[in-house]
Amino acid sequence: MDEILHGTYEAARLIVTLDRDLLEIIVLSLKVTLTAVAIASLIGLPIGAWLAVNRFRFRRIVIAVLNALMGLPPVVVGLFVYMMLSRSGPFGAMGLLFTPSAMIIAQVLIITPLIASISHQTIRDLWAQYHDLLISLNATRGQRIISLLWDGRRALLTAMLAGFGRAVGEVGAIMIVGGNIEHATRVLTTAIALETGRGDFAFAMGLGMVLIAIAVLVNLAIHGLGRTERSSVW
Amino acid sequence: MPISQGISLPAGLAERAESGRAASILPLRLRGAVARARGKQLIGPIDLDITRRGLTIVMGPNGAGKTTLLRLMHGLQRLSAGEIIWNAPQSQVRDRQAFVFQSPVMMRRSVLDNVAYPLVLRGINQADARAQAAEIATEMGLGGLLDQPAPVLSGGEQQKLSLARALISAPEILFLDEPCANLDGRATREIEAILQKAQGDGTRIVMSTHNMGQARRLAQDVVFMYDGKVHECAEATGFFEDTPKTPEATGFINGDIVE
Repeated sequence: MDEILHGTYEAARLIVTLDRDLLEIIVLSLKVTLTAVAIASLIGLPIGAWLAVNRFRFRRIVIAVLNALMGLPPVVVGLFVYMMLSRSGPFGAMGLLFTPSAMIIAQVLIITPLIASISHQTIRDLWAQYHDLLISLNATRGQRIISLLWDGRRALLTAMLAGFGRAVGEVGAIMIVGGNIEHATRVLTTAIALETGRGDFAFAMGLGMVLIAIAVLVNLAIHGLGRTERSSVW
Repeated sequence: MPISQGISLPAGLAERAESGRAASILPLRLRGAVARARGKQLIGPIDLDITRRGLTIVMGPNGAGKTTLLRLMHGLQRLSAGEIIWNAPQSQVRDRQAFVFQSPVMMRRSVLDNVAYPLVLRGINQADARAQAAEIATEMGLGGLLDQPAPVLSGGEQQKLSLARALISAPEILFLDEPCANLDGRATREIEAILQKAQGDGTRIVMSTHNMGQARRLAQDVVFMYDGKVHECAEATGFFEDTPKTPEATGFINGDIVE
């Protein structure tokens, strides 16, 4: 019990005094995850919108595969990215393994299906509502997709936040492709795993508190967005 | 009351409607037009002429095919057989007509952006589109609601917004599918005033309704549908004052239950 209380006190002290190592890890975590969310959104949002407004053969199968990909085990994604980026792999010459770029690639692979799938559901519902109007107004296919993405922006932002939430708490894949190297690829989750193993509970708890705070903020943001939608604050 | 019989649409709209008449897409002719869905015939075969001027009311009991006929003419319903012939190439037709749905479709935007939307789609810059939208929305009594989210408007306000959005592109022909079906008397009166003004400014109107009083007030000619077919097509005065030719139409006018 004493250990927990001491750990909590030390953790609070590290956060309040803006400990250099702690700050470095937080900044790298946010940098990697935000970049991954931005890239995954650029890929996932248009895919979701495109799937919602187009009818083609095997569409249902594509959507089923997309939904299945949401459940990809991160460790397997890490293994796959590792093999692709290792020296003997097809992209080995790029020298990306054990860099933040490799971690971003892994996170993009993990959260793109999530963002695409949520945005597909959102846009599909909006498309059902707008279909006749947009056809009647002779909107081009591009105009339809842009209009749907714009009008569904709150729900799409929620999809992006869900992607952020999953990515920031992910440990398996980035441990494999990042290597958890100090001052290079050490992020919140991998550092917690390491410090726990080393018995430095204070530092691990400090990192854990920050991670929990980020998760809570993301959920509050999702809740807030939903509230603005319902109360029609434009 | 912002809308009255003396309503005036922005001058630009009337002028554009007028200029559009130089190379009119009307008359519209349907020849043996049939619409089917999932192997079932919805309406047809239908022969019908929509002339350049006037206000046509499409009447008939539920399931008669009124909505399908309007959607077929507008191009929202696929033509399964027969012909729909406009007096212009197909590429020019869609942009010169508009449709108002029974349940207003409110985009998740402000009232102003909803009304401006058709102009933005046509490449008019946002500022000009908004200026025109503000003008027509204000004329229709939505002036105090321009920044409000459209989905929170009342039913009558939403339908007025739909009309403003339809009329802002100065369509040559406007299709309306029971636009007053869910509205109270005051909102209905306001919508009717807008329609009469638009028709006076040169917009050809084709509208379905269940409301006999509304049909009598607005119609210049009447299309009576029954069981997916046009049973009667006549001038309004003749249709309402003389006895209709078919027993179904007679029963409908007399308020009998026509199934």
